[in-house]
Amino acid sequence: MAEKVGVYVCDCGSNIAATVDVEHVAQWAGGLPEVAITREYKFLCSSLGQAMIAEDIKTEGLTRIVVAACSPHLHEKTFRRACERAGLNPYLLQMANIREHVSWVTKDRVAATSKVKALVAAAVARVQYHQPLEPMAVAVNPHTLVVGGGIAGIQAALELGDAGYPVYLVEREPSIGGHMAQYDKTFPTLDCAACILTPKMSDVGQHDKIQLLTYSELEEVSGSIGNFKVRIRKKARYVDDATCNGCGLCIEKCPRKVVDDGFEAGMGYRKSIYTPFPQAVPKIPVIDRGSCIWFERGRCRACEKLCPTKAINFDQKDEILEVEVGNIILATGWDMFDCRRMPQYGYGRLANVFTSLEFERMCNASGPTGGRVVLRDGVTEPKSVCIVHCVGSRDKHYNSYCSGICCMLSLKLGHLVLEKTAAKVYACYIDMRPNKKDYEEFYWRLLEEGMLFVRGKVAEVTDVARTPQEEDQLIVQVEDTLLGKQRRIPVDMVVLMGAMEPRRDARETGLKAGISCSMAGWFIERHPKLDPIATMTEGVFIAGACQGPKDIPDSVGQGAAAAARIEGMISRGTVMIEPVVATVQEERCSGCRICNSLCPFNAIDFLETEKVSKINPVLCKGCGTCVAGCPAEAISGAHFSRDQINAEIAGLLCDADGRESGAELAFAPAQAE
Amino acid sequence: MLREIYEPKIVGFFCNWCSYRAADGAGTARIKYAPNVRVVRLMCSGRVDPAFVLKALALGADGVLVAGCHPGECHYIEQNYKTMRRFAMLQHTLTALGISARRVRLVWASAGEGAHLAREIDRFVEDVRTLGPLHWQTQLAEPDHTAEIDRILVEHAEAMEVGR
Repeated sequence: MAEKVGVYVCDCGSNIAATVDVEHVAQWAGGLPEVAITREYKFLCSSLGQAMIAEDIKTEGLTRIVVAACSPHLHEKTFRRACERAGLNPYLLQMANIREHVSWVTKDRVAATSKVKALVAAAVARVQYHQPLEPMAVAVNPHTLVVGGGIAGIQAALELGDAGYPVYLVEREPSIGGHMAQYDKTFPTLDCAACILTPKMSDVGQHDKIQLLTYSELEEVSGSIGNFKVRIRKKARYVDDATCNGCGLCIEKCPRKVVDDGFEAGMGYRKSIYTPFPQAVPKIPVIDRGSCIWFERGRCRACEKLCPTKAINFDQKDEILEVEVGNIILATGWDMFDCRRMPQYGYGRLANVFTSLEFERMCNASGPTGGRVVLRDGVTEPKSVCIVHCVGSRDKHYNSYCSGICCMLSLKLGHLVLEKTAAKVYACYIDMRPNKKDYEEFYWRLLEEGMLFVRGKVAEVTDVARTPQEEDQLIVQVEDTLLGKQRRIPVDMVVLMGAMEPRRDARETGLKAGISCSMAGWFIERHPKLDPIATMTEGVFIAGACQGPKDIPDSVGQGAAAAARIEGMISRGTVMIEPVVATVQEERCSGCRICNSLCPFNAIDFLETEKVSKINPVLCKGCGTCVAGCPAEAISGAHFSRDQINAEIAGLLCDADGRESGAELAFAPAQAE
Repeated sequence: MLREIYEPKIVGFFCNWCSYRAADGAGTARIKYAPNVRVVRLMCSGRVDPAFVLKALALGADGVLVAGCHPGECHYIEQNYKTMRRFAMLQHTLTALGISARRVRLVWASAGEGAHLAREIDRFVEDVRTLGPLHWQTQLAEPDHTAEIDRILVEHAEAMEVGR
């Protein structure tokens, strides 16, 4: 085979050139077989760099391109497009990852350069076996699935719905609204959270394009971009949503009252038949099977007897819905750090230690105390409150990341305490990080309002008094790092700013949708800066706090952005997908059927008449397991063929012992096979 | 004169979705690790044909590192379990060929675990360094050996796949 290979080595400014002798590599690559041209350039991904490659393809008649630069995950598409523009099939390009895999991770220049040479030799060897491929066009189903009805999911669903595209919005709780519905005010404007959220919620509820599936969970996702099949478990509400008119009589008459650990964060009560809060969307109650007297003892059914529309149905079962969608947005939100994990702060042991969520509910006018700030006894107003920052965040024992929102949350709660009571408010912080528009100004406002700031991480909250003044108080032990001394601050009430944590089942949810989580448990985006919305799985997007700690404006922005991305695809009608699939060469297939059981996507059928296996390219995802498993080598994997990989291996080992003489020996597989 | 430190040559087969991204992440975070592992990107660790591993060792690699998604986290549902199965067989075959099974290693690294992967690479490089150079291809040059190895490879390929 006579190919004309062009090898392009990128300096990436000094990112690569500082650790790798790029000039030498480019020169050396000129001696590799079939290489017609080598160039070294400062930034290959720039338009000039791309134009240079395109120009060479045209004038020099290059048939294969090797780009030694950054990770193919970053710029493979860029260079493929450059090839395409010059009339070369984009799949005749191979990238050598010499930045992420070499220059950024290696100290020694000599070692880095020889590793780069091996990677370049491998790419040159491999690219000669590349075949021109055509991406497959797939029609995009205009329906979208949004998982999670918090503010990010609501925004995404509304954007899509308003653009005229149908949406399924799945929410696990009985009502949409998410964490935002629990808050009283929002920082820094002190807008009432309900006033800005509930109109959006009712828009969702009434939207003709949005099918709301509350009290439902994502069960299973199959298929791929454009054509996902999703199974959704609609949990039994025991209330018929078609006949219920939301009058609330059942809730009023239910004799069983239980502590509400969900919406009220354990601060208030709800009935066994309930809606989480008065503005719930939909306004249809659910019966909590765990506490309902009928399910417990087999009698009562008061709600059923009194319901004016006969909507109560104790025989309801979980339903499995199957829907088909083109794209999926995960907006599954966050959980709060369990403050019991830090026993030194006494939550769960000392009555007047609260979490920020509990405190939010207490401040809320429609909350359990009607908006009064009181101690756990429900009557006494505190004379002093201490807010403890960074509980479970910025702490390597729990979460090393900064939870991002807590500084502002603390300022907001401090403001509410000052507004509602005559109490002194302390905040013990490590660093104040009010880092967005109007946030710093809010910090100044609180300084002026008289909130007291102590710089230091709280060591302990205790009720063991050392002096008579400390009797019957909570004592916050903290090193004031500005004064350089230990302080014991006696207060009536402590509020812990628990960290935002990934949902406890984020990993499982991610697995269902085929995306992965970071070490901390947040969903991983396609690119941390340039694409925080998409994921590595085409057609699956993330929005809101499931991607990382986020406040309301950021969640809204990300929800809208994800929707916009999907709208683009729907309006185009098709997406192009990688043609990386496996095919069976029938003449070599012995019909042993080993491959049939290797495919988890059931893409391989056995043709009884011809006694051979056949792969359905639409179902094949291109993992290559069957290619590796076929004992007759009858299956070939596009773009990851046996020849390509063998050539790559040989290239990687071009400098192995006994083969130093190098280039002419470098591509052994050509001779070996 | 300083004695040269022996630098093993290792071929890595990394899954596109997890460990290859983890290696990218290690790069972005500028985590330094041994430069001895040269990586082949595959769509899935399930694509690792044991013959590739043998090929690499035959062409002069002193060790082979296969990296995939954690069990239960495979991008293709369950293919890394098949990798595990094949890997056990591969180690068995290598031992039969007189090659230490410690020259091949299977590690798991999710896309976020760049630091973990870098540590695993360092550890493996040190272990292979301890084992010393393999020099398999010089042994391969003897014709008797080649025939014998071919026979074992065929046997191996036949034994590799059993239905579920």
